Parts: sequence; structure tokens; C-alpha cells
Amino acid sequence: MLDLHGYGPRLLEGAGVTIQLAVLSLILAIVLGLLTASAKMSRSWLLHKVATLYTTVIRGVPDLVLMMLLFFGGQMALNVLTDIIYDRYGVDWYVNLNAFAAGVLTIGFIFGAYMGETFRGAFMAVDHGQIEAGKAYGMTPWLVFRRIRFPLMMRHALPGLSNNWMVLLKTTALVSVIGLTDMVRVAAEASRATHEPFTFLLPVAAIYLLIASISEWLFAYLQKRYNVGFGEH
Amino acid sequence: MEWFNALLADNRIFTPDTLGYYWEGLVTTTQLVFLSLLVGLVLAVPLSILRGSKHKWIKLPIYTYTYVFRGTPLLIQLYIIYYGVVFFDGIQETFLWPMLREAFYPALIAFTLNTAAYTTEIFHGAIKSTARGEIEAARAYGMSPGLTMRRIILPSAFRRALPAYGNEVIFMLHASAIASVVTLMDITGAARFVYARYYAPFEAFLFAAAIYLCLTFAILFFFRHLEKRLLAHLRPQSG
Repeated sequence: MLDLHGYGPRLLEGAGVTIQLAVLSLILAIVLGLLTASAKMSRSWLLHKVATLYTTVIRGVPDLVLMMLLFFGGQMALNVLTDIIYDRYGVDWYVNLNAFAAGVLTIGFIFGAYMGETFRGAFMAVDHGQIEAGKAYGMTPWLVFRRIRFPLMMRHALPGLSNNWMVLLKTTALVSVIGLTDMVRVAAEASRATHEPFTFLLPVAAIYLLIASISEWLFAYLQKRYNVGFGEH
Repeated sequence: MEWFNALLADNRIFTPDTLGYYWEGLVTTTQLVFLSLLVGLVLAVPLSILRGSKHKWIKLPIYTYTYVFRGTPLLIQLYIIYYGVVFFDGIQETFLWPMLREAFYPALIAFTLNTAAYTTEIFHGAIKSTARGEIEAARAYGMSPGLTMRRIILPSAFRRALPAYGNEVIFMLHASAIASVVTLMDITGAARFVYARYYAPFEAFLFAAAIYLCLTFAILFFFRHLEKRLLAHLRPQSG
């Protein structure tokens, strides 16, 4: 049997951190993506420019650099803020940036840009007649979004969404570099301590493959559901 | 050089010294990305052809390879190669050891294997989507399967794969930032060094981000130009 030198429970905990991190960042990325897509399609010139700047810059810079910028820079900004509060109001208040929260915010922020592009294309692919029909039925804009635009858009967005999720899942490995104890960090520490890299790194790779395979299966199911009424695609 | 020194006189971080680190980082990043893309491309062409083979024992191992390398984080692959290379029996006695002991070559191997896996799948998809009629026409001309592959399938497949391959090049540039994790002084490595030395996260990482952004735009521009030339026959005809 695999001898994990007592690192087993920590490795499992790390796997839990990875999954939580991935799912929470995905939710944040989807929300940001929907907002970005709406901003890009809005008539407001300013919103459009801001959204374009966001998607262009984020997609042009490596994840790791953005992560370090937001994590180390965020900590420094917080320090400056707490200093000001101390000087002005005499309140001694110190915050350490939580690595997990920083990870979720950074990954969500990065993938919001990718999701924005996916959703924009999908929204534009929705047949306009359907939306007009909804309006003709007297639906409010929110109801049109919830009942017509969103479900129809998802059909087009799912392949891109699934792709983004796979990339996001692998990106979570980078948080180990900024100090979060996910399964990659535990495995790397254990490899250095025991001089048995394969014992720890290969199982972690297998867990990533397992999550990817399960997600693939899940997305195939979702694709089938959202394609109901559209024949085989 | 005087204007250059005058430009840098008012700040404490971007001295000629630190700019030198960034320059060396740029050179390392470029070398890593260019070499891994080049070798990855050379590996991917035969692999993508064999990936479409009818024999199970040829296509299955290649599919497993691309599945594993595309399904796991590059950081894990890098760690496995970087920490694991010592454990190959007798490797320390071979002439390769002085190279492999440095971080550069394990990183190069990891990046090459990774990009070869992605590129194989991109090319495989393009080869698979070749129009049947083109292949039938080649066969009607009496071309052998090898000649059909060389003259008909590959040239058109490579052209169709160009946009996806351009994305892969940008992906590789961005992925190369993790080389700094195994102590390599690439652009990100230089930024981490400057950050640690001056405790100036915004300056250090924003400058690195700007360099990456410029490189990304240069790659985008290059591929746009290439697509315009090579995919001219696919553009809608005017008039």
C-alpha cells in the first residue's frame, strides 16, 4: 500500500481546500462574468470601456503575476489603511489578509474576465425573437432574463464554461505559491521532507484527473439538459 | 545614457540594477517559451498524425499522454520533473547531469511535454475536420496515403489550427511564470526579487505585468498577420 508517512490526513484536507477554492472562485467568476457581459453589451460608453479594459488586461497577464500583485499588494494596501485609521482615530486594528479569501477573490477576478467573453458570445447567440415574445407576454426585464435569456444563453455558454472551469481548476494549484495550504503545497512540502516526490505528487495529479473526469461527465449531462428541444448537437 | 540616468534619478526602485534583472528575466522567459514551443511543435506533428491511427495500441498511449498532461496542473508536472529527476538510476553519472541539476532544464522539459500535449490535440482536431472531398480528390489523383497527408491534409490542417495554436502560444507564455517557483529568474522571478528587496509589490509586479502584456500583444499581432496571409482563401469574397 501507499505509505504517506503520516501526511495522508493533511493531503486530504488540502484536497478539500482545493475543491472549496475552485467552487467558490467559479461562483464569483460566473457572477463577475455575467456583469461583464452585461456591461459589454450595454449602451453606456463608459461601462463598455471599463469592461473591455478589464477583459483585455486580465487575459494578457499571467495568473501567477496577478495573484502576487493582488495578494502582496492587497496586504500592503490594508497595512496602509490600518495605519491611517490608527493615526486618525487611534484605533489599533490590524488585519492579516486571509490567504484563502485572497485566493478566491483573485481566481474569481481573473476568471470573471474569461467568463465575460464566454457569456457575451452566448448572449448574442440568443434568438432575438424569443426575447421579443417574452416582452409581448408582458414579462418584466428580470423575468425575461430569468426565464428566457439565461436558459437559452446557457446552451451556447456551456462548452466555454466547461473549458473555463477546467483551466480554473488547474489554476488553483498556484495558490500554493502564495502560501495557501492546498493539496499541492502539502505534496510539495512532503516531497522535500521525505525525498519521495512521486509518493505525494502522483496521487495529487490523480486527484486532479479524477475531478476533471467527474466534471466532464457533469457538463455532458448539463449540456444534454439545456439542449432539450433543440435536437442533437 | 545621460537621459536614461536622469529618467531614473527620481526613484529608488527602478535603478539600472533592477532593470538589469528584468532584462535577464525577459531573456530567460523568451528562451524557455521559445524552446519549449519549438520542441513541442516538432513532437506534436507526428503525435497528432499517430493519434488518429486506427490501431488501438498506437492511439491509446498518445491519448493517455495528452489526457494526463492536459488534465493536471503544469505546476505539478514541473514539481514531478524537478524533484523527481534525481531518482532516475545512474542519471548523476551521465553527461546530462550538470544540465539537469539546474532548474532551467527540468522546467524546459516540463513545459515542452505540456505544450506538446495541447498542440497534439489541436492538430488532431484540425486533421480530423479535413473535408472528405479533399482527401477523395487526392486519392482520385492516385496519391499514396503518405503523399496525401503531406500535400493535402497537413497544409490545410495547419492553417485551420492557426488561431487555436496562437492561443496556445499565449497560454504558454503565461504558464511560464511558474518557472519562478523553482528558483528560475524569469520575468516573474525578477519581480519577486525586486518585491522582496524593496518591499514594493505594486511597482515590482505591475512592471512585470506590463512586460507580459506587451509580449502578449506582440504574439497576438504576429498571429493575426499570419492568419490574414495564410487564411486569405477563407475570407468572404467581396463583390
